Amino acid sequence: MSAGTQAQPASLADHAAPPSLALGVLVKEAFLTAVVALVLAIPLVGFRIVESNGTSGLTTRFWWVAVGVGAVFVGRLALGLWRRGLPARATGRASWLAPLVRYGPRHARIIAPIGIAAALALPLLPIATRSVVELGIGVLTYIMLGWGLNVVVGLAGLLDLGYVAFYAVGAYSFAILAHDFGLTFWECLPLSGLLAAAAGVLLGFPVLRLRGDYLAIVTLGFGEIIHILLLNWTSLTQGPNGIGDIPHPGLFGLVFERRAPPGFTTFHDFLGIDFNPLHRAIFLYYVALLLALIVNLFTLRLRRLPIGRAWEALREDEIACRALGINPTNVKLSAFGIGAMLGGFAGAFFATRLGFISPESFTFTESATILAIVVLGGMGSQTGVVLAAVLLVLLPELRFFAEFRMLFFGAAMVIIMVWRPQGLLAHREPSLRLHPGRRQP
Amino acid sequence: MSDTLLEVVNLSMQFGGLAAVENLSFTAFDREITAIIGPNGAGKTTVFNCLTGFYRPSGGSMILHRAGRRFALEALPDHRIARVAGVARTFQNIRLFAGMTLLENLVVAQHGELMRASMFSIAGLFGLSPYRRAERAAVAKARYWLERLGLVDRADIVAGALPYGDRRRLEIARAMCTGPALLCLDEPAAGLNPNESAQLNQLLRNIRDEHRTGVLLIEHDMKVVMGISDHVVVLDHGQKIADGTPAAVQADAAVVRAYLGEPEPEEGEL
Amino acid sequence: MNYLLQQLVNGIALGAIYGLIAIGYTMVYGIIGMINFAHGEIYMIGAFISLIAFMALGLAGISYVPLALLMVLLIAMVFTAAYGWAVERIAYRPLRGSFRLAPLISAIGMSIFLQNYVQLLQGARVKTLQPVVQGGIALTTGAFGVEVSYLQLFIVALTVVLMAVFTYVIAATPLGRAQRAVQQDAIMAALLGVDVDRTISLTFLLGASLAAVAGMMVLLYYGVIDFFIGFSAGIKAFTAAVLGGIGSLPGAMLGGLLIGLIEALWSGYASVEYKDVMVFLVLVLVLVLRPSGLFGRPEVEKV
Repeated sequence: MSAGTQAQPASLADHAAPPSLALGVLVKEAFLTAVVALVLAIPLVGFRIVESNGTSGLTTRFWWVAVGVGAVFVGRLALGLWRRGLPARATGRASWLAPLVRYGPRHARIIAPIGIAAALALPLLPIATRSVVELGIGVLTYIMLGWGLNVVVGLAGLLDLGYVAFYAVGAYSFAILAHDFGLTFWECLPLSGLLAAAAGVLLGFPVLRLRGDYLAIVTLGFGEIIHILLLNWTSLTQGPNGIGDIPHPGLFGLVFERRAPPGFTTFHDFLGIDFNPLHRAIFLYYVALLLALIVNLFTLRLRRLPIGRAWEALREDEIACRALGINPTNVKLSAFGIGAMLGGFAGAFFATRLGFISPESFTFTESATILAIVVLGGMGSQTGVVLAAVLLVLLPELRFFAEFRMLFFGAAMVIIMVWRPQGLLAHREPSLRLHPGRRQP
Repeated sequence: MSDTLLEVVNLSMQFGGLAAVENLSFTAFDREITAIIGPNGAGKTTVFNCLTGFYRPSGGSMILHRAGRRFALEALPDHRIARVAGVARTFQNIRLFAGMTLLENLVVAQHGELMRASMFSIAGLFGLSPYRRAERAAVAKARYWLERLGLVDRADIVAGALPYGDRRRLEIARAMCTGPALLCLDEPAAGLNPNESAQLNQLLRNIRDEHRTGVLLIEHDMKVVMGISDHVVVLDHGQKIADGTPAAVQADAAVVRAYLGEPEPEEGEL
Repeated sequence: MNYLLQQLVNGIALGAIYGLIAIGYTMVYGIIGMINFAHGEIYMIGAFISLIAFMALGLAGISYVPLALLMVLLIAMVFTAAYGWAVERIAYRPLRGSFRLAPLISAIGMSIFLQNYVQLLQGARVKTLQPVVQGGIALTTGAFGVEVSYLQLFIVALTVVLMAVFTYVIAATPLGRAQRAVQQDAIMAALLGVDVDRTISLTFLLGASLAAVAGMMVLLYYGVIDFFIGFSAGIKAFTAAVLGGIGSLPGAMLGGLLIGLIEALWSGYASVEYKDVMVFLVLVLVLVLRPSGLFGRPEVEKV
């Protein structure tokens, strides 16, 4: 993707390039930025609408404005000075970033097994309390979702802003199948994936031949439509109340409940130990890990097949693809459908894990979070997605951070695009090599 | 004379009120290099875009003969033209997959066959042997072309990192990897130095003689045109003004007038 | 019959609001060929700034309604325009020449940021405004009389005036000429001495100020706003822009009116819950059947 950027004509982009050197210029720049910040801050930061007893009033907090504008001035100046200190063109390669910049296939080869080993060992460690394991399950769910969306956004270059729709279709398919038809988790899982894929193909078929930004807004709308349907189609979804009593998965017929339903044996009875909810959490954790690994292998494998190469080729240049006899609509549809299917799997797992789902879990915020994971991780990078998912799920655990979570995600997406569009971990491994042993410079 | 490969009859293309191509008829033959020349704005690239399905022509027909079958190109979508009728093309502003390696560029061009061999990815996912065989064959074909271009050593670098002349030739090799009956080249010699230009001529002759592929060529570089083409079609203002061997065309009065005479304002190239 | 008439009146007022937002989409699309995903949030910010301005003016003792309206209008346009400008400067300008998805992603990031920025600063709860403009003209009398409120008249009149001013700006001022030139061919325009960056900035600025007007209108019309209103209004206004033919100003206005009418009639006769679904279906149908919209010219692909 970096090479794609090089190939662009250097027509209009060069205005911002040369960092100004004179200190006076930097101060002036910082001052102008501060003035803009002042204009922006006065109405929305300077005043606060407060509601009490049905009437609203206005309070002021101009000292916030002062602090904010001051911070902008200092920040802009510092940024200018920092850029001045760097050699031209090397912006973004400060020394503490070096490990990220140099990240390559050799590192991936080491990091991947270590990561998997760590993930396998986590629930067995003494630190593995119920909440730690639950957190681990959350991270794994987002990793699954991230890898699924990565197929669509990272590989095929289709911006899907409503990925949560397929997550929801998977979750609700599972809940309804399990609840109303009494199917088990392992029977429902593939069905949920297939239904989500069908939803993806159904939506994709009419709109995938359109320009990329139209697709983005249609998927944005579709995510919202699914949300509205979940809320209002009460006969199917039970509306805002959600669906409860969704069965948890079992292990070879053993169930992880305090008391077994008729005809089943519980896990703790089978082993002759006491019931402990931690066991169920650990089991779910391993199910999540298994699913995530399957998703990973599946997507890695697809990437090395003709279909995966066609996705990437399409991302690079659609017109060239057509000239080579590749049907762009089919290729996009396959990416969209497979991405939706993986989202559906994750949704099914989400439903079985909580045992309860409601429309609240499937909002635009969720889509935005998954997209942020893919973008931050580096579009197309599997390890990057893991890193970003860990970061984005764990950071909000800090109380201070929770409130600013989405603010941070939004800002991070802008900053990453401006400063490091290839994502935190940028390395593209060719899908096949003519000289496998040889390392290219 | 060889067999007829492409028959264009009364091709017309209008944009709004402007006729970019008007009632153009010509024939290209198998195993020949046919050049389309003409001043800027004569409608050459428009002809290409019609042939390869990027534009839907306003009128006329384009029949491609391949293995005893006839394909009406005006009725096929662009990707079918490339895949079924076997018309491959390159672009004036090179369109390689810049972020993918040379090898990948050449393998993507064999998408159709590989897709079939992978049984829409199912055989591929499980690494079944028919697919692996097909993949090996695709890589071998890619290697053959990389050897031809002298780029084997750089097979695994991204295409965007190649020098300009190599990118031009790689794009031609990529088009050849689709196994075309007709290869359409849009100004392949543009921006090449004399050395690269000679390499290009060599490559094109080789494609014609060894790969038995018909070549249709838009070119401004008269040295290239006169040096390698078997047959030249001259366009001016969307109409054909001459058609014949390079020598005959060079001597044609209408052609000389179109290039040198009548100080007329030129329209921008489409 | 009366009911239908009333829904039509409501639909036109609503349509005027969507139309004003749609113009912002269509102008930005015309000039940089991209959807400004943050435009819905700009409109939301316009509504918040309008509310704050109303309250501040109330505190300052300005109670003469026309003066208050005019002042709020100006304040909202100026401050919201600054936000529009900043969005372009931060999320679009540094990315010219980057890969295709980059500006789309940064714009959607900007939109998420702005939404949460307002939520954090002003709170997530719904904000209300006491009715400012009351009363209306009864068209028919009786139990179910049709009424055109003064507010609806104000909204439509203001929209017409803004459209007139706007059409003049695009047709006859140097800015309008520069804009049309950049729209045709940015590189050529730059070579001929048009300041492309400045023209694009001004386009965002103008679009944002119109969105601010729409924000003020919606605040007056419904009396309630929250930080989330930009999301669905954004999609609807975008649908309006596509329906009218993206890139075309009269198209955006007409598209806005149609969407307003569709929404009002659907809510009135079918179901309020599914009005957004209806608009979405319109979007998909237009994109599939006639992507160039009512007034747009079909795009000729540059190969």
